Amino acid sequence: MMELVCPAGTPASLRAAVDAGAHAVYCGFNDETNARNFPGLNFSPEELAEGIAYAHDRGAKVLVALNTFPRAGGEVLWHRALANAESAGADAVILADLGLLDYAATHHPNLRRHLSVQAAAANPDAINFYAATFGVRRVVLPRVLTVDEIRAINREIDVETEVFVFGGLCVMAEGRCSLSSYATGRSPNMNGVCSPASHVVYSEETDGLRARLGDFTIHRTPKGQPAPYPTLCKGCFTSGEQTGHVFEDPVSLDATQLIPALAKAGVTALKIEGRQRSRAYVAEVVRSFRAAVEAQAAGLPLPQGALARLAEGQAGTTGAYAKTWR
Amino acid sequence: MTLDGTELPRCPRAIALAMRPLPLPVLGVALTQFARRVTDSHPGLLRRLGPYAQRTVLIDPTDLPFAFWLDPEAGPRISAHRRHRAPAADARIAGPVAALIGMLHGRFDGDALFFSRDLTIEGDTEAVLALRNALDDAELDLSEELIRLSGPAGALLRRLLAGVERVSGLPLHRDDRNGGFA
Repeated sequence: MMELVCPAGTPASLRAAVDAGAHAVYCGFNDETNARNFPGLNFSPEELAEGIAYAHDRGAKVLVALNTFPRAGGEVLWHRALANAESAGADAVILADLGLLDYAATHHPNLRRHLSVQAAAANPDAINFYAATFGVRRVVLPRVLTVDEIRAINREIDVETEVFVFGGLCVMAEGRCSLSSYATGRSPNMNGVCSPASHVVYSEETDGLRARLGDFTIHRTPKGQPAPYPTLCKGCFTSGEQTGHVFEDPVSLDATQLIPALAKAGVTALKIEGRQRSRAYVAEVVRSFRAAVEAQAAGLPLPQGALARLAEGQAGTTGAYAKTWR
Repeated sequence: MTLDGTELPRCPRAIALAMRPLPLPVLGVALTQFARRVTDSHPGLLRRLGPYAQRTVLIDPTDLPFAFWLDPEAGPRISAHRRHRAPAADARIAGPVAALIGMLHGRFDGDALFFSRDLTIEGDTEAVLALRNALDDAELDLSEELIRLSGPAGALLRRLLAGVERVSGLPLHRDDRNGGFA
């Protein structure tokens, strides 16, 4: 059966994910070492140890995301996080930064290393470099590849691949995107926050919901229409007489129906996005995907997706997996 | 919209009307006492709020006749106000009472309620996110907390709340469903 890797932003969400059938849960510390450094989210070292014990008692793994890029001179925070993850009993750490990968390989050689999507390793040469140099055992592939491209990559590498199948859809070269930095001075890569809440202001106005990020108005959503996340890449902008989404519509990834094709392409694990979401979301999505991977493993028809109402834009897309454009 | 795709229930008009004469200062004192009991029994809640406990939030159940002003750091302290006379707060979160309680009880997802426009947030977005995440992690069941504090009257209250929940559809209890794979 394909491994289901599920999000947890809080200890309660971790328990909800495990109870709903997650094979593995990924989470992070409550600081800038992980790319979901949001107010009120994440784990202290003690909470992580308790969460790992809960998961292990029920046969699930816990993967710890340390997937931001350390600041020069501030590496100790990331080094301490690695040590805390190992001592808490983490099954793997998810890393993006070359220096941190090297540090982990040198000082924590027995701690399994996964390559974060934030490293944007999208071809066999890059992946084989990370595997050979830092002993990376699994790579999380960027959300810019087709299923055929994933199959071709898997033929040329010896490490496991993990792909996103549901949730927020980052359409940029992850780990390289500077849109949030441009608008706010803070980024997922360095600070663990894309469109940080500190710079987001919503206001209900006569023409609908206005969302501002820093000095920029990025959406005006008329009454009755689904509201999107306040990210620049899905902003709706006006230029001259034209108004539209410059980069991407506010939709979420839903690759449920591609699970058999991804299995045939050699993918080991399926990842659900959403550490910022509630335990209600986590339980619902994990339950649905556990049923889907069990059906796939048994050769049965996949259950029809009924998760669109949980998604940004209340609509799903298969994203780049089935893209016809280049 | 709820997790199973159905429309959110609204507080029955009869209940909202019955609440209208409630004396607001007394309601505020009672809610403050209740909130302090809850935070005493869930110390992780304020710890998770961290520095955001200093931010005040106006919680506005749009189908009830009043809104609640919450100051987490002051104990916490809650005061009740007529909607248009509520004091200024760092942030405001508004929606049907079913959305607010259902989110707190782990029945609904806050982002999904935001996408569907059932929930409105204004002002300090960090404060709202921190409060939502801390409450979600606390796994509260307000009905059970109330029953626990009611002493001998708890059994009667349990039956009353179950009846209100059944008739109104309001999510008055925590969702304790298990995925079945554990």
